[in-house]
Amino acid sequence: MAYRYLEELATADIAFEATGEDLERVFVAACDATMNVMVEDLQSIEPRERRAIELKNREADMLLFDLLQELIYYKDAEQLLLRVEEIRITEGEGGYLLRASAAGEKLDPGRHEQRADVKAVTLHRFGLQKTDGLWKALVILDI
Amino acid sequence: MSMPEALRRVTGTAWELPVSYKEGMRVPARIYGTEKLVREMDDAVYDQVTNVATLPGVTKYALCMPDGHFGYGFPIGGVAAMDIDKGGVISPGGIGFDINCGMRLVKTGLSVGEVMPRLKELVDRLFEAVPAGVGSTGFLKLSKQEFRQVVEQGAEWCVRKGYGWKEDLELTEDSGCTPGADASAVSERAVDRGFNQIGTLGSGNHYLEVQVVREEHIFDQGLAKAFGLVPGQVVVMFHCGSRGFGHQVATDYLQLFLKVMEGKYGIRVLDRELACAPYESPEGSAYFAAMKGALNMSFANRQMILHRVREVFSRVFGLPAERLGIHMVYDVAHNTAKLERHRVDGEERMLLVHRKGATRAFGPGMGELPERYKQIGQPVIIGGSMETGSYLLVGTEGGRETFFSAPHGSGRTMSRAKARKQWQGKGLQRDMEARGIYVRTASWSGLAEEAGGAYKDIDEVVAAAELAGIARRVVRFIPLGNIKG
Repeated sequence: MAYRYLEELATADIAFEATGEDLERVFVAACDATMNVMVEDLQSIEPRERRAIELKNREADMLLFDLLQELIYYKDAEQLLLRVEEIRITEGEGGYLLRASAAGEKLDPGRHEQRADVKAVTLHRFGLQKTDGLWKALVILDI
Repeated sequence: MSMPEALRRVTGTAWELPVSYKEGMRVPARIYGTEKLVREMDDAVYDQVTNVATLPGVTKYALCMPDGHFGYGFPIGGVAAMDIDKGGVISPGGIGFDINCGMRLVKTGLSVGEVMPRLKELVDRLFEAVPAGVGSTGFLKLSKQEFRQVVEQGAEWCVRKGYGWKEDLELTEDSGCTPGADASAVSERAVDRGFNQIGTLGSGNHYLEVQVVREEHIFDQGLAKAFGLVPGQVVVMFHCGSRGFGHQVATDYLQLFLKVMEGKYGIRVLDRELACAPYESPEGSAYFAAMKGALNMSFANRQMILHRVREVFSRVFGLPAERLGIHMVYDVAHNTAKLERHRVDGEERMLLVHRKGATRAFGPGMGELPERYKQIGQPVIIGGSMETGSYLLVGTEGGRETFFSAPHGSGRTMSRAKARKQWQGKGLQRDMEARGIYVRTASWSGLAEEAGGAYKDIDEVVAAAELAGIARRVVRFIPLGNIKG
């Protein structure tokens, strides 16, 4: 599994560690981990609508922060549950550029078994690191 | 969990860590609680409250209430008053992501004997009328422009549009509308996240509960009577905040403060979540104005929910809400920063009091209280778990020592994951029903996570507050029915 929940790290909230061989994969894993906090079964989210996401940041970790915040945004603003389908991250002079396509649908209480609403990504112990060729992200979500 | 060696007991319920405990502390840290509560506090509480003690302008003590537990920046239950004339800062971590998460207590003229035969129907209809759960949207259809008006006018907007009674405003903290809110200080994203969410509960530990007053749970007959509470009476209590709107405001300004804090203001913090700016700075002022917008949105949110409660009761019991006596007792905020005048060491000071997971608890005679409560003190509503019930207390003169702040709830002791392993949602619902509590939930796993065993003992928390002299128990409420996100 590309992500696991760190059960004792946050009493009132949810912490997870996502991994991937490159930035794109760890970012997708973190997105799935975030969505899985809200919905029991990610497979129940059908790709009925799409949103294009473009983000820029000097730092890779804050780029991840921005991407996760984007999913939380769509959950509230449009009641959309989204999964990242395609993603490309390039590094340039000003920092990082992320282009992604996310697909999903409006939350349907009849089909999507709900878990907890995510309020925000916190910066508590927030980190993205590459160790021995593997990217690891640690994220704590406020629910 | 272990108490730091340097922790010194100063009174029966007040414990202190001196400034020598951590480099950079400007004031001591003071933690309130019985020995049991303090012994069980997670290590992060001591770390976080002493980090707060390093913030510019922090006055007298960095405080933690008896229900204290790990938070972001400040511990939950954290209170700190910043002197704005001495470079005091404003910090989103001292308010929380869910700005004005708070509690509203509403009494009815119905007895438990009248309600019990229709309890299931009542709870089922409340569950339909007050949306809860992930990204839930409310019945109030607003344009983004109208939403910005609500951000500036709060519950006043709702009452003017016919969603409440004038007396509701008098019985809400800040009269349901905090002056100085500025819709232009909030981002488009915040508006996008929140404009559809007025009248919704959210999820996690948010809830709406139907409760009863039992004779043996009235601690002060005189005060109970003054609040209009009698044995056998059914009340409604709900706990929710500013939803996606407030969460985004907090996120936006945390990011802004991280960018300007060091470079522009030379402030270094021990924890990124304590990012702050001087209150008297453009960024600090902007956040304060935006935060007030979120305070107002949350008051409006709870006002709309009250409106729906009145509608449901009226439909179920076949009488108008006025005839059913559905009146507010009070509405308190427990994630805020307020500019207040306090006497410190014999001197009057203007302080920005951050209360995160802590309730304001003004004592008798304090000017800001509604006329009817001026002699008796401010109602303080403290929520327990869905299995144990909640409390109404009253602010006291002794609250002076905590800048008139009190705990807000019982605080978690068990992680959500552990709670999910120990309890199973559907089984828990059946158990509770067998014990006379009917609960409806949008999330089975969420229900398991909210099991009573995952929380501190509310009786102990409230007793600690009373022993410390910062609030006095009036009534305890027992749950009958509950709706959760």
